[in-house]
Amino acid sequence: MELNALSEQFKEAILQATVRGGQGVVECQVAKLHEILQFCHQSPVYQIDVLLDVVGVDYLGKAPRFALVYLLYSTNLKHRMRIKVWVDEKDKVPTASDIWHSADWAEREVYDMFGIHFDKHPNLKRILLFEGFEGHPLRKDYPVNRRQPIPEIEEKL
Amino acid sequence: MTAEIDQLKAKPTVLNLGPSHPAMHGTLRLYCELDGEIIVKAIPEFGYLHRGFEKHCENSTYTQCIPYTDRLNYVSAMMNNVGFCKAVEELMDIELPERVQVIRVIICEINRIIDHLVCTGTNIVDIGALTNFWYYFNVREKFYNIIEKLCGARLTTAYTRIGGLMRDVYDGFEAEVRACLKEMLDALDDVSGLIGKNRIFLNRTIDVGVISAEKALSFGFTGPCLRASGVPFDVRKDTPYYDYENYDWDVAVGEHGDTYDRVVVRFEEMRQSTRIIEQALAKLKPGPIMTDDKRAALPPKEEVYTNIEALMNHFKIIYEGVRPPEGEIYSATEAANGELGFFIVSDGTGTPYRVKCRPPCFPIYQAYASMCEGGMISDAIAILGGLNVVAGELDR
Repeated sequence: MELNALSEQFKEAILQATVRGGQGVVECQVAKLHEILQFCHQSPVYQIDVLLDVVGVDYLGKAPRFALVYLLYSTNLKHRMRIKVWVDEKDKVPTASDIWHSADWAEREVYDMFGIHFDKHPNLKRILLFEGFEGHPLRKDYPVNRRQPIPEIEEKL
Repeated sequence: MTAEIDQLKAKPTVLNLGPSHPAMHGTLRLYCELDGEIIVKAIPEFGYLHRGFEKHCENSTYTQCIPYTDRLNYVSAMMNNVGFCKAVEELMDIELPERVQVIRVIICEINRIIDHLVCTGTNIVDIGALTNFWYYFNVREKFYNIIEKLCGARLTTAYTRIGGLMRDVYDGFEAEVRACLKEMLDALDDVSGLIGKNRIFLNRTIDVGVISAEKALSFGFTGPCLRASGVPFDVRKDTPYYDYENYDWDVAVGEHGDTYDRVVVRFEEMRQSTRIIEQALAKLKPGPIMTDDKRAALPPKEEVYTNIEALMNHFKIIYEGVRPPEGEIYSATEAANGELGFFIVSDGTGTPYRVKCRPPCFPIYQAYASMCEGGMISDAIAILGGLNVVAGELDR
């Protein structure tokens, strides 16, 4: 695993690129995120064909509050990568669902749990929780013992 | 005339399959728009079993998280225990004693067999063949007897600890496992014989729910479902852990990516697991079942009662928990249904800052609707069984 090709291609947009435990760990700017993911997907150096998951992390109190981590894998070259971006509540993160299908639900889960919005996502709505749920439970300021009644909502197909 | 027939076209019927339906395993729900018996559009809905696993972990010590992981894929609970502990151990850079690694391999493969027995057994039941199910569940029961003797519980095992195991295997464990494996292979032969040339089974599964390798990868498939589509990706081979590279076994790969291949790949994986277990049993040497790393291991009881430092260390590990250094890690194991990953962020305290579980069936279930659309309702049931979606880890 080496990350030179990525650093050379995107230069300033890459904030940090290291290899830890055999996995490439890249921190980048959210503005270039979609291009970087696209590059990893298409370039013969990385050949990332699986987006395993998108993970949200809430660092309450830090300046960009949330971190998003994209877990990537290449079945051909058998290497793993993590791409991390810092985002705020108001930021619109470009969706990766046009590159990998799996981003669709993974991003919906992040939206559900953290309230991070994804731009141009085909169907951004709650996935594990019900419509009408107030707040986003994996945020650090959501109390662990808060309970909510399930509202009665007419279902639409 | 044709214009008149067009006008007669019926309105689409909306059918609600599940969440509490015997064929929708667990609490899955599919909202289907039907044209006759053909599914035109399907919308899956889930989350009925959501219990906030990740939020709970953020409020527990690392060791307290282990019982929560049992409830992820409750059909093969020990694999989740192993997956979580492996992630924390990698974060702390703990080297495991050889005996721990070998026992973990054995219990993982036993759980893989159990998981595949349940998955393929119920899948074939859904298609209408009940006998196979009893053949499989007889053996599964015997395996559960072993697990019960091993850790006192059948389903909610919590058998691993960070840096080792809860307790060592009992006397006569090896012989019982070997006897069980033999019975399992017999049952496997029986079932293969019953369904191998069965017209109903073949017609219901071949070319049903086909997914190409390219599409499967894009959907994030891993495990048997991806291998059925012809991609030989197995975490145990590609990024080996616990010495898997030194066992002699093969990756089972399918060709067409249909329900039939998914069932047959699982059959073959059970045979390969037996090979791994046989070799692991031969490798099992006496030794410690816990690391000697003081950050994770409880001090021996004699020292706790005689030595003040050991007493303090004991209390600190129990009360404050194991304390990995600040950092983050993604660690993956090959669970029965695909890549089970844990992404853990540690802030240096005894409770994890963030635990993200990457369940293998979450991305697989995403593809389910598109695999059903255009097929019959009965096909939707046949497909679902082969995908082996477990609501416990889907909803977390």
